[in-house]
Amino acid sequence: MTTPSSNSAEPAVLLEARDVVKHFPIRTSQGKQVVQAVSGVSLQVRTGETLGLVGESGCGKSTLGRCLVRLLEPTSGSVFFDGVDITTKSRRELRDLRTGFQMVFQDPYASLNPRRRALATVEEPMLTHSMGSAAEIRERALALLQDVGFDASFADRYPHEFSGGQRQRLGIARALAVGPKLLVADEPVSALDVSIQAQVLNLLDDLQKEHDLTYVFIAHDLAVVHHIADRIGVMYLGELVEVGESTDVYTRPRHPYTQALISAIPVMNDEEETRERIVLTGDLPSPIDKPTGCAFNPRCSYAKDICRTETPVLQRLDDGREVACHFPLTAV
Amino acid sequence: MSESTTTTPLLEVRDLRVSFKSRAGTVNAVDGVSFSVGAGETLGIVGESGSGKSVSMLAVLGLIDNPNCVIEGEALFKGRDLLTMGDDELRAIRGADIAMIFQDPMTALTPVYTAGWHISEQIRAHEKVSKKAALDRAVQLLTAVGIPNAAERVNSYPHEFSGGMRQRVVIAMALSCQPSLLIADEPTTALDVTIQAQILELLKSLQGEFGSSIILITHDMGVVSQMSDRVNVMYGGRLAEAGPRRDVLRNPLHPYTWGLMASIPPTDGSRVARLSAIPGAPISPGDPDRDHCLFSPRCTFASDACRPQPALVEHSQAHFDACVLPFEQRPELRRQMTAVEEVAP
Repeated sequence: MTTPSSNSAEPAVLLEARDVVKHFPIRTSQGKQVVQAVSGVSLQVRTGETLGLVGESGCGKSTLGRCLVRLLEPTSGSVFFDGVDITTKSRRELRDLRTGFQMVFQDPYASLNPRRRALATVEEPMLTHSMGSAAEIRERALALLQDVGFDASFADRYPHEFSGGQRQRLGIARALAVGPKLLVADEPVSALDVSIQAQVLNLLDDLQKEHDLTYVFIAHDLAVVHHIADRIGVMYLGELVEVGESTDVYTRPRHPYTQALISAIPVMNDEEETRERIVLTGDLPSPIDKPTGCAFNPRCSYAKDICRTETPVLQRLDDGREVACHFPLTAV
Repeated sequence: MSESTTTTPLLEVRDLRVSFKSRAGTVNAVDGVSFSVGAGETLGIVGESGSGKSVSMLAVLGLIDNPNCVIEGEALFKGRDLLTMGDDELRAIRGADIAMIFQDPMTALTPVYTAGWHISEQIRAHEKVSKKAALDRAVQLLTAVGIPNAAERVNSYPHEFSGGMRQRVVIAMALSCQPSLLIADEPTTALDVTIQAQILELLKSLQGEFGSSIILITHDMGVVSQMSDRVNVMYGGRLAEAGPRRDVLRNPLHPYTWGLMASIPPTDGSRVARLSAIPGAPISPGDPDRDHCLFSPRCTFASDACRPQPALVEHSQAHFDACVLPFEQRPELRRQMTAVEEVAP
């Protein structure tokens, strides 16, 4: 993992989202309404880094992830991959571009074809993109299976013969088959037991080094994201509310929501609880009927009048942190 | 097992065995587990999927409806064995004196009935009260678990509540007859962290109010460390380690507990280059070769001594574990096994 520093030459921007919006129109008893899943997110991911996206269910992190690889069409906004705007490309053009970016899904049970053996699962994307002769593809697939920790005896097995962690490794091998530069991983470890979760996180780390990968790592578990990511983006109700260097965000949050999110993590501790915990009251508001002003204001203990009327925009603070808050917490 | 409580425990489970017979052989889901819970105490049971933590509690409550299931052992609740009790007797205890909260609050509630119906139905199943009185109690309970505007919400259907609110309804239902024992099976796993924090606080404060004992089943060491007085660590249907919370967390004895704790990314803001993962996969409960420490195939320190299964030994006051490694070398071995490289922030 590389730590981006501001003075040395920074790696090039590999992925950039500009004001991405995704709305889902729905019919309800009150007539037609709109779920504002992602409301104007801009972000940059540099080559070789891992950007972690965290937030609670319904915050739009998965929808954003799918927009980034155009598995969902953004309602507006653009996504640039390697300088190319992928949101304006035709399906045919997009298919060729997809060899550059791939996705790893949360549920390894649902994202693999149950009737296809492991080797064929990994070969398929390479065949689709005609990436060599059958023999070459087979050899590459076997090498990839080995990269994710399977010996040749696994090649002829079906997904149901694999455990959850093994299936997720197979999903990763498949995503790597076309030689992408970028992997968008949506909750890749949340369905796994902790001991297996650690194995998969270590594997992702190894693969990043071996294959020079850039990751967008989407998860709800802030401790996991802090472990794997170089930078963290925190989402709330379809908006990025804080972006910064991983450990900085984790140890010195500057948005009240990030602070509450970190405070809610159950810490393994052999002493009596001494932390002063911030327990948020209430639930996440509906993305159909978002609060006016700052989306977080109904649950925020620091909210003032301006927070109820004016929506704060994401802006860079003096320490380089980006925060969307009228009253950012002071850097300690 | 525990000598720390002088009074008789509320629930005492002795040598519980749960097995399922199938064409492919016998699956030993729970394999000789003994533990007890004292009045007002919270026992945390940790383990990964397939460790037998849920099945053991379902068996104790007679909730396994499977003709191929064989349950052996004793489960003495207030001195009476739940495992030999008739259906009627058991039904009188379940929901009244022992209540259970399940992981998924959506499937624990009937979608076609209101929150108030669920709670008053439970009250009326155990007590002779009028519908009106039961519904009034439902409103009080919903208020107690922090549902705003309870008088109105009592008429809401499950789908009209959010996940966290639904779990509050389930908790209100569980508390409706003031149980002396509450069994919570992964009560916050399906919830977001900020909602999880709310529910855990709620369980704690309600325990203070109602004085119930809690058995908390979870895979999350963090949740256990915040909630419980004592911890049982299960692996492959057996107890790997059991003891007071502080001792288990500060001075874990069993290599599986070491691995479990080390595979969680640090929550204190420090960063490690690599997580110390436990190699391999959990054993299949259907594996017929069971006369050895079931963790040994994944253990760094496995040797011939791990066969047969080591007995659960008390090392210090009420702190047990089932491992043959020399006791005095454990801290050093733990350091060896879980050594990680820390990266500068």
